[in-house]
Amino acid sequence: MADDIRQLIVDYVRKEYLDEDSDQEITADTKLISGGIVDSFSMVSLKLFLEKKFLIKIPDEKATPEAFDSVNNIINLLKELVPSVKE
Amino acid sequence: MSNIGSYETRHRTFSWKLAEGELEYGKSGNYNIGYFCTDRIGELGNGTRVGLIWEGFTGEVRRYTYDDLRIHSNAFAIMLRQLGLQPGDRICIFMDRIPELYISFIGILKMGGIAQPLFSAFGEEALAMRLEDAETKAILTTRKHLGKVRRTRPSLPHLTRTIVVDAGDRPLERGEIAFSMEKAQRVENIEIAKVTPETPSVLHYTSGTTGKPKGALHVHSSIIAQHITTKWVLDLQDDEIYWCTADPGWVTGTSYGIIGPWACGVTQAVLDAGFSAHKWYAFIEKHNVTVWYSAPTAIRLLMKEGLEPVGKHNLSSLRHLVSVGEPLNAEAVIWSEKAFGRPFHDSYWQTETGSIMISNYPGMKIKPGSMGKPFPGITAAVVNPKTFEPITTAGTVGLIAIKPGWPSMFRTYWNNQETYEKKFKNGWYISGDRSSVDADGYFWFVGRDDDVINTAGHLVGPFEIESALLEHPAVAESAAVGKPDPINMEVVKAFIALKPGNQKSDDLTIDIMNFIRKKLSPLAMPQEVEYVDSLPKTRSGKIMRRLLRAKEWGEEIGDVSTLEND
Repeated sequence: MADDIRQLIVDYVRKEYLDEDSDQEITADTKLISGGIVDSFSMVSLKLFLEKKFLIKIPDEKATPEAFDSVNNIINLLKELVPSVKE
Repeated sequence: MSNIGSYETRHRTFSWKLAEGELEYGKSGNYNIGYFCTDRIGELGNGTRVGLIWEGFTGEVRRYTYDDLRIHSNAFAIMLRQLGLQPGDRICIFMDRIPELYISFIGILKMGGIAQPLFSAFGEEALAMRLEDAETKAILTTRKHLGKVRRTRPSLPHLTRTIVVDAGDRPLERGEIAFSMEKAQRVENIEIAKVTPETPSVLHYTSGTTGKPKGALHVHSSIIAQHITTKWVLDLQDDEIYWCTADPGWVTGTSYGIIGPWACGVTQAVLDAGFSAHKWYAFIEKHNVTVWYSAPTAIRLLMKEGLEPVGKHNLSSLRHLVSVGEPLNAEAVIWSEKAFGRPFHDSYWQTETGSIMISNYPGMKIKPGSMGKPFPGITAAVVNPKTFEPITTAGTVGLIAIKPGWPSMFRTYWNNQETYEKKFKNGWYISGDRSSVDADGYFWFVGRDDDVINTAGHLVGPFEIESALLEHPAVAESAAVGKPDPINMEVVKAFIALKPGNQKSDDLTIDIMNFIRKKLSPLAMPQEVEYVDSLPKTRSGKIMRRLLRAKEWGEEIGDVSTLEND
C-alpha cells in the first residue's frame, strides 16, 4: 500500500517540480525542501495535491518543512492522518 | 565597541567623502567593485584569509581564500573577454547558490560587464522577460537550469552565449560553452576594466504594479554605500564569520551577500539549501557564525518550530542579528531575544536604493516593530502623498521619501527612463512604501502604497501574474492581490473567472498554481484561488484590485464611485 503511494508522490514530484530536461534522480529519501527541489511556497500546491488525493485536511502545524522534506517523511505524515496508509 | 559607535555622533559628522576614505575609493584610479572585493583585500595583506565558506545541501563544504576569489574571478573575466563580450554587455547569472555564482559576479565586474543576477527559481516566462528587456548577451548557468535557458533562447536574439559551469563531459548544444572554474587556468593578475564611479555595474529586476518588471541599474560607486553600511549596520569586524541568507538573485544577496562583506574582507558563509530549522542552526554552530543577516519570513518560520531545536545547538557564536525584506514584527524581535539572547535589528531599503537606508544600529535602543532611523548621510522623511511635502506631525502616515544623492541610488530603469523620472517628486525619491515617524525619529512601516505584493520580502507584480494567468486555457479573467499571511506577511491570492465550459475544482486549482509556478516563480504562485463569476471593474474596464485586496485585509473599501454597474 505505502509503496504505491510512495511511487505516486515520487512521480508527482518528478513531474511537477523538476525541469522536464532534468536528469536528477528522485527517490523516497531525496531531500525535497532542504535539497532545494520544493520551496516553502511550492509546498502549498504539493499539500493541496495530497489533500485532494487522500481526501484529508493537513493541519498547518503539521505542514512543516521537515514533514515535507522527503517522500518518506510525507508517507509518515500520511500514516498519522490517513488510517488506510500502512506499510 | 561597535563600528558605528554613537549613532548620534556619526549622524552629525557624516559625509560620503568620509565613507569613500574608509574604502580608499578611487586611490590609484581604482573604482571597479571587482577590485575592491578581491585584489584590494590581498593588497591589505589578507589574501590568505578565507573569504567564502560554502556548504551544499548534501553537507559538502568548500573554502576559498581571498587569493582564490581573486584568481577564480580573474579566470571568469578572461573567459568572458575571450568569448568576445564587451564592457557594458549585460551578463546574466542564473544558478543556485554555488561558489561559481558569487565568484562569476566579481568576474563580470572585473571585465567591465553589467552583472544581471536572476533568481534561479524563475520560470521560463519570468526569465525570458528579463533577458529580453536587458538585451542580455550571455548567461552563466548550470545543467539544472539549462533546460529553461534552452527553451527561452529561440526568442532572445541578443543572447548569443550560454556558459555552463558544471557541464563536465556532457554534450552541449551549439552556442553553449562549458567552463569549469575549478579546472580553469589560475590567473594571478588581469587588467581589471577601467571604470568610472558612474559606470554601470549591476542590473536587478524589480516588480511594479503595472507593466513588465523594471531593471534597476546600479553603478560601481554603489560600493561606497554598501561598504560603509555593512561596516556600521551589520557591524562586520575583521575576524567575523558572516552569514547572509538572501539569494543573490535579489538585491540583498548582492549588496550584502557579495559586495559589502567582501569589500570589508571578512569571511562569509553560504548555505545552498532550502529552509530547515535544524539545518540552519547546525550551519551556524558548525561554522561559528557571528553575524547573521536574514529575513522576517525566515525568523517567523524559525519561531514556528519553537525553542526546542534552538536548545539542541550551541549558537553562542552569534553576536549580532539583522533583518531585512519586510517589517519585522515586535513578536519576532522579542522571540529572538529569548532564543538567541539578542534581538534582531530591523533594516529597511529597496532594490532601487542599493543599500540600507533606515535601520536599528548596534548600541541604539530598539523599539520592537520599528524600522529604526535613517543611516548617517541619508535624509529620509515621510511625505504627504499628494503634495510630497514632509509630514512633521509624529505618527502621521505618509510615503517614505529619501533625498537623492547617496552613492548606491539606482541611476535609471533599464530602457525606461520615463518611469525612473516618475519616482522623483518635489526633490525626493518616493519609495512607494508607507510609514510614520514617531516623536523620537523612529520609522514605523505601514505597507505598500500600490498593488505590488510583498511576499517573504520579495516584490511580486500583480500584472505579471494576471498576464500569465490569462495564458491558462481555463481562465477568462483574473486579478492577483496580496492576502495577509502569518509567515510571509503577504501571499498571492488569485481571483479567477473561468471561461465557459470550465468548472471550478481542486484539480483545476492545483493545475493553475503549478502553471504559474513554472511560468513565473514559486513566489508568484497563488497560494489561494477564489473562483468568481466576474471581477469588479471601473467603468473603463480596469479591474479594481484594491476592492479585492481590501476585502482580504478587512479594510474599508473606500471610494467605489467608478465601479461598473453590472
